Amino acid sequence: MAAYLVRRLWQMIPTLAGVVLLIFFLFKFFGGDPAEILAGQISDKQQIESIRQQLGLDQPWWVQLWIFVKQILTFDFGQSWMTKEKVSALFATRLPATLTVMIPILLLDVFLAVPLAMLVAYVRGSLTDRAIVAVCVLAMSVSFLVYIIFGQYVFGFLLGWFPVQGWSDHFATNLLKYAPLPVILAVFVGLAPQTRLYRTFFLDEINHDYVRTARAKGLDERVVMFKHVLRNAMIPVLTNVSVQLPSIFVGSFLIEVFFSIPGLGREVLLAVNRSDYPVIQAVTIYLAVLTMLINLGADLLYRLVDPRVVLR
Amino acid sequence: MSAVLEREGAAQAEARSPGVWAAAWLRLKEDPVGLAALAVVLAFLTLILASAVGLTAADWQLEKGVPYAFPRFIGERENIEAQSMAGMSIDKSRKAIDISDVDPLAPRYREWAERTAKLSLIEPQRLETLFAGGDRWGRDVLAKAIKGSQVSIFVGVFAALVATLIGTVFGALSGYFGRWIGDGLEWIYNVFTAIPTILLIFAFAAVFGRGIGTVILILGLTGWTGTYRLVRAEYLKHVSREYVRAAHAIGASHASRIFVHILPNVSHVVLVQLSLLVVAFIKAEVILSFLGLGVPIEMVSWGTMLGEAQNELIIGKWWQLAAATVFMAIFVTAFSLLTDALRDALDPRLR
Repeated sequence: MAAYLVRRLWQMIPTLAGVVLLIFFLFKFFGGDPAEILAGQISDKQQIESIRQQLGLDQPWWVQLWIFVKQILTFDFGQSWMTKEKVSALFATRLPATLTVMIPILLLDVFLAVPLAMLVAYVRGSLTDRAIVAVCVLAMSVSFLVYIIFGQYVFGFLLGWFPVQGWSDHFATNLLKYAPLPVILAVFVGLAPQTRLYRTFFLDEINHDYVRTARAKGLDERVVMFKHVLRNAMIPVLTNVSVQLPSIFVGSFLIEVFFSIPGLGREVLLAVNRSDYPVIQAVTIYLAVLTMLINLGADLLYRLVDPRVVLR
Repeated sequence: MSAVLEREGAAQAEARSPGVWAAAWLRLKEDPVGLAALAVVLAFLTLILASAVGLTAADWQLEKGVPYAFPRFIGERENIEAQSMAGMSIDKSRKAIDISDVDPLAPRYREWAERTAKLSLIEPQRLETLFAGGDRWGRDVLAKAIKGSQVSIFVGVFAALVATLIGTVFGALSGYFGRWIGDGLEWIYNVFTAIPTILLIFAFAAVFGRGIGTVILILGLTGWTGTYRLVRAEYLKHVSREYVRAAHAIGASHASRIFVHILPNVSHVVLVQLSLLVVAFIKAEVILSFLGLGVPIEMVSWGTMLGEAQNELIIGKWWQLAAATVFMAIFVTAFSLLTDALRDALDPRLR
């Protein structure tokens, strides 16, 4: 176990180095001269000069790369070019809002899609099954944007059940007042593709021999479905959730834009629009690290869930 | 050598079993849903081709109707927005304060007034209603939706082609050669998949800027990893098969074995991936354009239409939202169903 952990962490180093190189050269060769980008927005010559020095733009590229690596290792990306906020502070202040919205979405998605998928798989081939699959295909073809625009208009503006947008400083207010509408809309949108995917997982399991055996020995259908099929189908479901997990940190950027939620996703989008390179670089690299760690965690979790899995 | 070829030709003529594609077509013909989806997709492609060469919707930028003209099936109604805008342009009765003694441009006003008089402005007859309604400037929403389809589908298809090309070539090289080439490409794959896709797209968008070509490039460069994975697995499987070893024995080069011998045998995987990517990229383009990272302002796509529709909905003008949504929903549904049918037709084992 420990050896496995060490090896996996060791294997992350080349990938991480690749991520750093990709981001560095992407911004170095295609991003243009930061001083020129800033010249449009900052008129103070001295300030531009100090940014050039901070980035080491007057030095060869390997020195710049080293400065970049040092920034990553010391968690010190300096300040945002536009807002002067420290990049490290950005994470601390924006992440809570994102998680307040994304964690309920993720949980509700799983807890609604799994029973629905099991139901649809149980009545497979029937009219209900085909109707639900057809509705899912149709629901998936409408852009996410339409659901948000329409939902915000109907529930926020016309009916007035929820505030159209907004955010406060209190966690409880946010969760109970401002988060519900974005969460409901996102869950509604996510339900169709999830149900369709999980349905195939359940169908795979239902066709296995052990299910026939369980039925043959006269087990109750509920026991067959909830005890035998559900437990086995949860393994691919778990894989799918762990694949989605990293995206919860920025995945809600559209929702954050629509509902003016001061989260990380909206911050990255603002940074892209303002050419605020340090913010984009920092978020990209740290989330890549986080993604790799989450994937490792998911692999360890398999071992707990499925004893057949051997960690090598 | 020529004798050998002749004999091969004769042998082929004797035992003509239908090829992969012919067999797939036969299976597809028996699938009514697949055929219907194919018909819808072909209709859309004809429409956007007609729009691309200027047969339809060439005048989408023309302000044919009054601002926010109602759709024809609703009929004429009181149009507050159009009235208030008309009022703004007509109201010239108010006298401006004379500032000619401090205005540096004052001496040239007479000259400009003369030049203006020489030009004749055509104020087009603005219609009160348009077939599917008008937008803020009175442009025909139907024409916009057709032009928007052209841009959105064009971006989706070409970005998918770029991504599939990269994924297939990388996957083929990695699966075929293995060893250090395979390791190197696996490393690149790991790097690209380590970064959450949306952040990768944002990072590329931040440095490359905006425009249709840019969107295609960004989506292509960030979306090839899934195809790579599948193609590589196929090549790993095929490279040690007998037909490839036979090709080696008769002196086929590496390139010939990769692209002439193995590629046709994995092309069904590539085709299904391609059509999955088209749908994914159309959705991505819509979101990018909505956020202002996609197509430029002087063009229209489903995404920019939805962007405008957000503000229109508040004042009750729902038709642009409806037009963009309906066009997109029909095309994406048809294309998804076609993809499913293609997969069934190309790989009968899955049934």
